[in-house]
Amino acid sequence: MKLQKNTSIALCSVLEAASDPGRQVSAADIASKFGVSPHHLGKVLRQLGRAGILDSARGVGGGYRFSGNAKRLTLMDVIDLFESISAMPAESGGKEYTTDVGRAIARVLSEIDETATATFRSISVDTMLKLIERDRRAREARS
Amino acid sequence: MPLRGRREKQHVTDPAAPGSLRVRAIKLEDLDQVIAIDADITGLRKVDYWYELFHRYGTRGLQQRFFLVAESDSDIKGFIVGEVRDWEFGSPPCGWVFGISVRGDARLAGVGSRLLEAVCECFRRAGVDKVRTLLARDNHLVMSFFRSQGMMAAPFIALERDLD
Repeated sequence: MKLQKNTSIALCSVLEAASDPGRQVSAADIASKFGVSPHHLGKVLRQLGRAGILDSARGVGGGYRFSGNAKRLTLMDVIDLFESISAMPAESGGKEYTTDVGRAIARVLSEIDETATATFRSISVDTMLKLIERDRRAREARS
Repeated sequence: MPLRGRREKQHVTDPAAPGSLRVRAIKLEDLDQVIAIDADITGLRKVDYWYELFHRYGTRGLQQRFFLVAESDSDIKGFIVGEVRDWEFGSPPCGWVFGISVRGDARLAGVGSRLLEAVCECFRRAGVDKVRTLLARDNHLVMSFFRSQGMMAAPFIALERDLD
C-alpha cells in the first residue's frame, strides 16, 4: 500500500524527532534528510504541533522536539491526522456496491482495511525506533 | 545436538533480573492465581480448561511444551504457555506462544518481556530458532506488546468460515 506524501513526511518527521527527544531538530534538516520541500514540510510540522506530537521553538537554534509518548503513540495516530487509509475507493457509496458483485468486492477490501489498520495501530513510535536500530545494526553487521 | 524430546526440568530463572521477579515452570499450587488472572482479563473463569492445560503443558517436563509463571513475593504476576510444533502449516519446527497474560496491577514493569524471553530461551534449547503467535486483529494491547518485542507479521494468513 502507498501512503500519501504528507503522511509519509509526518511519519519520517515524528521518528526523526523521537529518535532523540532531547534534541531540537530543524525543519531544514528534516527537509534535507528526507528530500522534501521545506514549504510542504512546514505545513506537516504545524499539523503535528497542533496535535501535540511535536513542540516547536522559534528563533536561532529553534526547531522541533518530540513531545508525545513514544510507547503510546502509534503509527495509526499519526496517519489519522493526514488521511483515512482505505482500500475502498472513495466512490464506494456508488451503485455498484449495492449489487452482489459490489458487496463481495467491498467485503474483500474491508478485510484489507482491517488488516492494515490493525498493523498500524499495533506499532508504536518506540517499537519503530527499535526496528530502525535493529535494521541499522544488521546492515552494519553485513558490511 | 537438539535437546527437543529429552526430559529436563524447566530452569529459566535469570539471577540478573530486576527486583525479585522469578520466571519458573508452573506448579499445581499456582493454578488458582493463574485462573484468577485469566478470569480478570477475559471475564470467564475457566477452571477445567486451565487444569487440563496444566496437565498437558505443566507436568510432563518435556522439552516441547512450556507453561511458565512469573513470581514475585509468592504472588503470580503473569504466565505464558508455549510449545514447539513440528511442520504445522507446512512450517519447519518453531515455537508457538499460545497464551500470555500479566496481572493488571503488574503491567508496565517488564513482566511480559521476562516471560517471553524465558519461553524463547526454552524454545532455543529445544533446537528451534523462530517464535510465532496468533492473536485477534482487534487485540491492540497484546499485539502492541508482541510488536514491541520485535515480532513482525509471519508469512501466513489465518482463514476461517462458518460451519453451516
